[in-house]
Amino acid sequence: MSRAPALARVVARRFSGLGSERAAQLVPQARFTGPMPWVIAIMVALTAIAAAGGLALANLANAARAELSGGLTVQIVEAEQVERDRQAELVVSLLSNLEGVANVRRVSDEELGALVEPWLGDAGAAVGAVPVPALVDVRLAGPVTERRLDGLRKVLAGPAPAARVDAQAGWLAPVFSAITSLQWLAAGLVVLLAATSAAAVWLAARSALGSNRGTIEIVHLLGGTDSQIAHIFQRSIGLDAVLGGTVGLSLGLAAIVLLGRQFAALGSGMIDGGGLGWVDWLIIAAIPLAGVVIAMLTARLTVLAALRRML
Amino acid sequence: MSADEGDIVQFDNVGLRYGAGKEVLSDISFTLYPGSFYFLTGASGAGKTSLLKLLYLAQRPSRGAIRMFGTDVITLPRARLPAFRRRLGVVFQDFRLVPHLSAFDNVALPLRVSGVREAELEKPVADMLEWVGLADRADARPATLSGGEQQRVAIARAVIGRPDLLVADEPTGNVDPEMALKLLRLFEALNRLGTTVVVATHDLHLLRKVPESLIMRLDKGRLGDPTGALRYPPRRNVPGHAQDSGE
Repeated sequence: MSRAPALARVVARRFSGLGSERAAQLVPQARFTGPMPWVIAIMVALTAIAAAGGLALANLANAARAELSGGLTVQIVEAEQVERDRQAELVVSLLSNLEGVANVRRVSDEELGALVEPWLGDAGAAVGAVPVPALVDVRLAGPVTERRLDGLRKVLAGPAPAARVDAQAGWLAPVFSAITSLQWLAAGLVVLLAATSAAAVWLAARSALGSNRGTIEIVHLLGGTDSQIAHIFQRSIGLDAVLGGTVGLSLGLAAIVLLGRQFAALGSGMIDGGGLGWVDWLIIAAIPLAGVVIAMLTARLTVLAALRRML
Repeated sequence: MSADEGDIVQFDNVGLRYGAGKEVLSDISFTLYPGSFYFLTGASGAGKTSLLKLLYLAQRPSRGAIRMFGTDVITLPRARLPAFRRRLGVVFQDFRLVPHLSAFDNVALPLRVSGVREAELEKPVADMLEWVGLADRADARPATLSGGEQQRVAIARAVIGRPDLLVADEPTGNVDPEMALKLLRLFEALNRLGTTVVVATHDLHLLRKVPESLIMRLDKGRLGDPTGALRYPPRRNVPGHAQDSGE
């Protein structure tokens, strides 16, 4: 057959015909009057809040670990104050000259009083009223390991028999464990919300397929490829996802900033380490983009799977 | 039946059944040669629409062989079917216009599917709408058009791409005699340019309007061909189509 049909001459040129704005009207566009953008907005807002929580917890844990990694505390548990002071001074003197020790400081009586005040009250916290162990705050160059702890214990065992040496990180191990659990919870929430978003898009795409079946059949019989038809839905749901993602990110950011201010107002040293860095903000800003990609991919796969059942 | 790449369509002992039911088409064999004009007739339930579905690749047969444009379309991978469908023009009995699109956009749809640029499709679509007498209804949605107007939009959509094969199911059923004749002249004009035309109709008067046409008569799913003219049709010179050297 020598004559190339009029259509065949232009078939291979490009597939942008059905990607154009006019052809995209093949699927009626609901936009904000339909539920899809709002579902995506809510999902993106919740994902952003969960992600911000997880990132803040990670920062908090990292800051606390960095602060405590080289720290250890020597307690002088001795009822007799004179002997307690003697051993404490001896510990400070010994450790100050020890290799690998960056800083040694005896915790002052005022600081000790402030530490026990919540339990013993003003009178009880007064130095001497109750025998409180003397504390020596030690910072090692490098992290505290069991081996280094054992070495220090051996050094102090003879001259300061009342000394008990503990890594500061060990005291906060349950807190770190809880933070790690919360981080996993946040990560799980992000994954669940992403899966829920994909499921919502899948349902929306199937619903759109059902209500536009006649149109799809026509385009199909006119020679539209699966990819072209999927592109129409992909584009429509992608636009919904962009609109929903923008609204959702705005809502999420507002909630994050509000919560951040409230936590910052607590003035707790530990929570101060849980602020978000610019990389964290970039990750949060990428959530709606990931939402758009998930939505478009889900729509495409759903439509392609349905079209494969047609001849 | 020998395969001839010059033939538009070859059916060889084709049968069709839906599910586990009995065959609605049995032992259908015919050849559509380029530039031929066929009327497909038969009583209601004879299988006309089923035969047309096979022709416009909406259905695969249960048995037999179908070659289209020299290619076996039964074993053809699904991904290659759109290229064949783009060489067809189809007028559906129920029009099947896209309800959200204007008359203009409905007619432009095959061109857009084929990737024709917007600037290139404005004029042919406008000309086609004028030809079917709907130039002033270009922006109207199908719901606001009468049955006859919808049918003319459907016909304009089917012929806009100058298809190699035009398949029309009762294309003049909803228009007045004058418009029916005008549409038939449009089909004839396309036919003279090389398009093979198959028109399913109940209107016996229509058959007499195209003297060179061949009649395909379906009766209870079987195609009557006492002279063999459907299986081995007479061939004629058609613009743009290579001549069969054996003729």
